[in-house]
Amino acid sequence: MTELYAVLAVILFTIGLVGFLVRRNALVIFMCVELMLNAANLLFVAFSDHYGILDGQMAAFFVMVVAAAEVVIGLSIIVMIFRSRRSTSVDNETVLKG
Amino acid sequence: MLETLTPIAATGIFQYAWLIIAIPAVVAALLLILGRVTNGFGHWIATLAPIASFVIALVAFVQLLGLPSQSRAVVDPLYTWFASGTWQIDVALLIDPLSILFVLLITGVGSIIHIYSIGYMADDPNRRRFFAYLNLFIAAMLILVLADNYLVLFVGWEGVGLASYLLISFWAERPSAAAAGKKAFVMNRVGDLGLLAAVFTMLAMFGSSSFAAVDAGASQLSLGWATFVGFMLLLAACGKSAQVPLQAWLLDAMEGPTPVSALIHAATMVTAGVYLVVRSGAIFEHTPAAQLGVAIVGTVTLLVGAWIGCSKDDIKKVLAGSTMSQIGYMMLAAGIGPAGYAFAIFHLLTHGFFKANMFLGAGSVMHGTGDDVNMRHFGALRKAMPITFVTFGIGYLAIIGFPFFSGFYSKDHIIEAAFHAQPALGVLALIGAGVTAFYMTRLMLMTFFGDARWVKGVHPHESPAVMWVPLVLLAIGSFIGGMVLNGWIGAWLAPIGAEAGEHASWLPEITWLGVVTLLVVAAGVALGWFVFGRRPVPAVAPDKVSIITTIGRHDLYGDQIIDHGVVQPGLALGRGVALADELGVDPATDGLGWVVQATGNQVRRLQNGYVRTYGVTMAIGVVLIGLALVVSRLV
Repeated sequence: MTELYAVLAVILFTIGLVGFLVRRNALVIFMCVELMLNAANLLFVAFSDHYGILDGQMAAFFVMVVAAAEVVIGLSIIVMIFRSRRSTSVDNETVLKG
Repeated sequence: MLETLTPIAATGIFQYAWLIIAIPAVVAALLLILGRVTNGFGHWIATLAPIASFVIALVAFVQLLGLPSQSRAVVDPLYTWFASGTWQIDVALLIDPLSILFVLLITGVGSIIHIYSIGYMADDPNRRRFFAYLNLFIAAMLILVLADNYLVLFVGWEGVGLASYLLISFWAERPSAAAAGKKAFVMNRVGDLGLLAAVFTMLAMFGSSSFAAVDAGASQLSLGWATFVGFMLLLAACGKSAQVPLQAWLLDAMEGPTPVSALIHAATMVTAGVYLVVRSGAIFEHTPAAQLGVAIVGTVTLLVGAWIGCSKDDIKKVLAGSTMSQIGYMMLAAGIGPAGYAFAIFHLLTHGFFKANMFLGAGSVMHGTGDDVNMRHFGALRKAMPITFVTFGIGYLAIIGFPFFSGFYSKDHIIEAAFHAQPALGVLALIGAGVTAFYMTRLMLMTFFGDARWVKGVHPHESPAVMWVPLVLLAIGSFIGGMVLNGWIGAWLAPIGAEAGEHASWLPEITWLGVVTLLVVAAGVALGWFVFGRRPVPAVAPDKVSIITTIGRHDLYGDQIIDHGVVQPGLALGRGVALADELGVDPATDGLGWVVQATGNQVRRLQNGYVRTYGVTMAIGVVLIGLALVVSRLV
């Protein structure tokens, strides 16, 4: 069973990574990041079950909490950018570079 | 023998000794801070300040006289300046036979010169500032002589240097005066360096710079260190007292107002070097080399100063050369060791009177002739300025050593002591006495006798009472000073380490040496009359003169020697360093900056602002770390 979970996690992570690298819409990128995080979570839980140790499950909870906090901040930033620029394309933010 | 005195705690009048310094210091500060408000009366309070100090010092002196000779040293601790580690520097006043004599000379002659200056500077718009500086000088000089350790002495040492600078260049609108002030200051710095090195060595060796600690520890000092400290102190004394090789500034210092020349550059500040040497007797006692150095420097300077005095036409420069020469006598006496200390101080006191007298007399002559200093424009002034003539004449008799005048006693003692210690030095000192008689006779004849060679439109007249009364006071001092002090000063200074012979009377002993000295002096006077008294003095300095006169007119090429020996090499070094900076340091630093900037410009391209670029970078980084982990496992 654990092999299947691992394969699923790799697939999820790869989708997230490719999406993160090729998409321009900030919201989509955001979702891709969540996908990668959840792939990691899945691995944590799978291996926790595999070895019968709870550490991995605890780590998964931590990741969820951090992800939730990150979503709150990240979404609000995206909303603010959308308000001022009428767009959520991340390429627009190159104007901020020094 | 040295420092048999154990200082006792201050009581009575001694507790108020700080007022001696504080009064002129406060007045100087008031005049400088309040500024023009005090223009009307500033000179009066400034004149009262040294008089008040003099009165306090006189009372302290009388008290000191009343004490038994072994307890005539009073220490008056004021406060702790700083304490750092094992060092503690206290500001304390030391009143002992040596310092009280200096205090009396400084405040006494200082008061007289203040009074004189009221008249001399009457027409100067900056008279108030002048008096403020004079008081500043008095305060600094008193710190110098009353300090009980070398570090506080150094504060006064620098203070008088500052006051000297301010007063030499008092008429700073004249470029020559501004330059002379700078020259004096810079040349003094060389001497100050010597004093600093000596003080640092003392602090390192004894853990304290107080006179008591240095005197006590001097005998444990190794010969090398004692010699080092001795020569550094000699360097300091050379700077402040205008001794060869640091003599060149004193002649230029005559750019200052004449009362300044009288007070600072004749009577008090320039004698600080002699004070330093006598005060450091414990060190010099352990280093014969440095002691001999002091005596040689003194002898050389007394001849150089006399030489310069012979060939100058500027009355103040003749007196300046003479001052160098007389301080040379003092240094010679101080270099002889304990046997000469009392005579050095004796000559210092009598010189303080007769030289201040003659400088103020020269000022009076200048006052009467429209600020002319060229003696070739004087002549026959004895009728136009009788009081100045008589007082100056007394100063003249005192400096050449005419019997019963003050210089007669003090200079004879020095020549005699020099003969006992080192006959060669004695012979040179004797020759110096003859030359002194020659150039002073020349000065007298050119100024007061002969035909009037006055410049058109100049009508010489006697100076006002505020100027001639000080002259009379100083003339009295020049006359009786030697007789009063002769039988007394040796015993008075014995507690600070002076070993004077028995000269218990005002009547001089008749010795073969005294007779020879008188004959040499008479020969000098006769020669002076022979050259300058028999025929009229040309009103324009003759061009065709002997090589000796030419050398003397150029101050023995002191400026040129310094220029070629120190200034030009210094400039060359500066140019070399500048060149090395331009060719070496500048390109190196500029190049380094350029490389960093160029690298930054290239690296900056990575920061393009596209999130996915950063993402790729991160992904590549993660892959690389993962690979590294895997590889490290496999290996």
